[in-house]
Amino acid sequence: MAEQTIHGEALEHGPQADHGHGPPKGIMRWISTTNHKDLGTLYLVFSCLMFIIGGIFSLVVRAELMEPGLQFLDPSTYNEFMTMHALVMIFGAIMPGFVGLANWMVPMEVGASDLALPRVNNWGFWLLPFAFVLLFSGFFMPGGAPQFGWTMYPPMVLQMGAAFPFMIFAVHLMGISSITGAINVAVTILNMRAPGMTLMKMPIFAWSWLITAYLLIVTMPVLAGAVTMLLTDKYFGTSFFDATGGGDPILYEHVFWFFGHPEVYIMILPAFGIISTIIPTFARKPLFGYESMVYALACIGFLSMIVWAHHMFADGLPLPAELFFMFSTMLISVPTGVKIFNWVATMWRGSMTYETPMLFSIAFVVLFSIGGFSGLMMAMAPVDFQYHNTYFIVAHFHYVLVPGAAFSIIAAVYYWLPKWTGVMYNEKLGKLHFWLSLVFINVIFFPQHFLGLAGMIRRTADYPVQFADWNMVSSIGAFAFFASQFIFFYILIRCLWFRKGMVKATDRVWDGAYGLEWVVPSPAPYHSFHEPPGEYVDAESPWVLDVDHGPMAARG
Amino acid sequence: MEKVATNENPHYFVPTPVPWPFILLIGITLTIFGFGHWLEGYVTVIPWKLLVIVGPVIFFSIVFRWFWGVVHESERGAYNRQVDMTYRMGMGWFIFSEVCFFGAFFGALFYTHVLSIPWLGGEGAKFFTGSVLWPDFTPVWPSNGPGAVGGEFEAMAPWGLAAINTVLLVTSSFTLTWAHHALKDSSRAKCIAFMILTVALGLVFLSLQAYEYHEAYTIQNLTLHSGVYGSTFFMLTGFHGLHVTIGTIMLIVITCRLFAGHFTPERHFGFEGVAWYWHFVDVVWILLFTFVYIL
Repeated sequence: MAEQTIHGEALEHGPQADHGHGPPKGIMRWISTTNHKDLGTLYLVFSCLMFIIGGIFSLVVRAELMEPGLQFLDPSTYNEFMTMHALVMIFGAIMPGFVGLANWMVPMEVGASDLALPRVNNWGFWLLPFAFVLLFSGFFMPGGAPQFGWTMYPPMVLQMGAAFPFMIFAVHLMGISSITGAINVAVTILNMRAPGMTLMKMPIFAWSWLITAYLLIVTMPVLAGAVTMLLTDKYFGTSFFDATGGGDPILYEHVFWFFGHPEVYIMILPAFGIISTIIPTFARKPLFGYESMVYALACIGFLSMIVWAHHMFADGLPLPAELFFMFSTMLISVPTGVKIFNWVATMWRGSMTYETPMLFSIAFVVLFSIGGFSGLMMAMAPVDFQYHNTYFIVAHFHYVLVPGAAFSIIAAVYYWLPKWTGVMYNEKLGKLHFWLSLVFINVIFFPQHFLGLAGMIRRTADYPVQFADWNMVSSIGAFAFFASQFIFFYILIRCLWFRKGMVKATDRVWDGAYGLEWVVPSPAPYHSFHEPPGEYVDAESPWVLDVDHGPMAARG
Repeated sequence: MEKVATNENPHYFVPTPVPWPFILLIGITLTIFGFGHWLEGYVTVIPWKLLVIVGPVIFFSIVFRWFWGVVHESERGAYNRQVDMTYRMGMGWFIFSEVCFFGAFFGALFYTHVLSIPWLGGEGAKFFTGSVLWPDFTPVWPSNGPGAVGGEFEAMAPWGLAAINTVLLVTSSFTLTWAHHALKDSSRAKCIAFMILTVALGLVFLSLQAYEYHEAYTIQNLTLHSGVYGSTFFMLTGFHGLHVTIGTIMLIVITCRLFAGHFTPERHFGFEGVAWYWHFVDVVWILLFTFVYIL
């Protein structure tokens, strides 16, 4: 972010008083920074870059799929781009995007000066570029980049070329990054809240991140274990996933999805937190059912750890296992339903205005629900045999990840951008960005439901002619969606570097907004709080005081 | 330091910018590039060999430098009570993540022991797996699978070295706790004595473990290649051994710090954090002894 946002204030830090004179200049500032705002910016810039790279990979994929037959790529190159698209988007774009938002907003929202472990936070960020260098290095090695899907199933993945160990170690590094980030956020939330802010008075975004952090700490080490077993199976002669030695390839799927399923909630719970923050602001009503929202988050977090085998219904699991995982999966729709209904109830009879963040949030509620419904369809084991490995699942998880997770990140960026940069973005362009994104995201992914139900399998570079029409539509949508994101990049670049003539943001930015982040000036100073902002937290009121308009109750 | 301990500092602790994490990552990445190429069989190429040496040297120097800085900040009294709690919670969550890491391997052990080996032998609905694919396979744990991967082997007996190791490690947890009580009672000499005893127990444990591995490879023909039994045995005990090694190094560092006069009877989280870690390693061993050796 530009230098203007930085106020080199001389703060008192007790024994560390000599360190309050603002950051060093140049590249060393970013390499050695321990500031949560700097690191949040780095995370978000990295995430943006990865969205572009992952987006280009997906365009390569869609270009190949535009017509039946092989036009541009041979099948294994296609598989490389398909796999790398997934790995980049999941580990490079969505997760760092949410960690970046947590870096920026969680300390401000709970009234802390920084995250709990700032130096570890620096390490957590810089792990990612190094991990992706390792991952991308596969493109230049004999055998090519990873090409067996992001799930890395053995025995296929064990036939990979020279890039195999680097993929495994890259996953290790990404895992360490997530664990350090999660520990940091969890400790910040549990230990550094402003005086008087009890857990049940905490902003819902912080709550969603606390549950997410818990899931990350439980599951990321399991992923590390799973890929370590792959590594030893390939190079050290172990037999974890080899039936001749008494192992089982399905064992990998169990261990992987014990990580993988909570992982999809890791990518959606912070989104829930963001949407639960934005909707009350623009409906000018407190969040409906704050407590039930918190319990629903916790409930989803718990359930997410006992549903993993619904990814494996077609594997031939024992019948009791199929039944257990089918019913536990369907149970998740209960807390998720609570959240959807609460968002709708928050908007009900609110004084609604439709600024860009709100538009993205409403689109989130609608389109995420579509993704949720197709998920519920696939939760039923008998019908999942039909949907399994078709474009129906592709449509399903893209509906929850793009108009779900990615839209929520975009909404959060629009929502907090004035606080970060001190200037208002161009609302007209923002709305244009929204409408184009909304239309084209559906053009890409809605037809994929039809393709999947008609039987088109996923992860192939070629397909029968009967699927040609909808694939053409989907590909056109993909290119148009990617193109419309340039509006977003333009808006970001204007707000970050070319601020001449732009409207200055007020401290509160949105007149329905409440919470500690709106107490500090816009742009937020390098250190948000000199001392714990206890004066804004009212012991009587269930929420942080509304700065301008007196106390604002969280629960009506 | 006592001043900080008694005086609640309302301000936050904000560390200076540091280049250590970045340099640490250079070390890690170099190691990985070297190690990865070594795994792929390019070890004869000189630069990769060099990386496997240079990378870890950078890594360990930075780890040392980083902790050195933290120890000195702590001794200068830079940490208020909030930072102390941060370290406690951070260490707690870290140990929890380690538990989950071991969970993956215990999961693999349970799965192979309870499910995949009986299935390969034709249990339940998997009748044809057994009778058509592996008619000669008797599904008994310990097993190296229907292919008898790695050849005949002798399983590890629980009531030999492993039992002695269990006694050693449990005892070391007690001696560590006595050291902790001594520290709290301001009897530093006693504390150091118990610490040295704990370190010694850890080292004996590691030596016996090494001896056990040696026996397994030379006499019992039990290796990493011995099917799932060998895989789960060596991966679980190996990762545990690695953690005991790290724990022992940490205990040695704490002992040196005690010699240097660090820690007060009231504030000594460095000591406690290492103690937590050691108890965690101990609990993992008890689980290992039960599920890997006995059952």
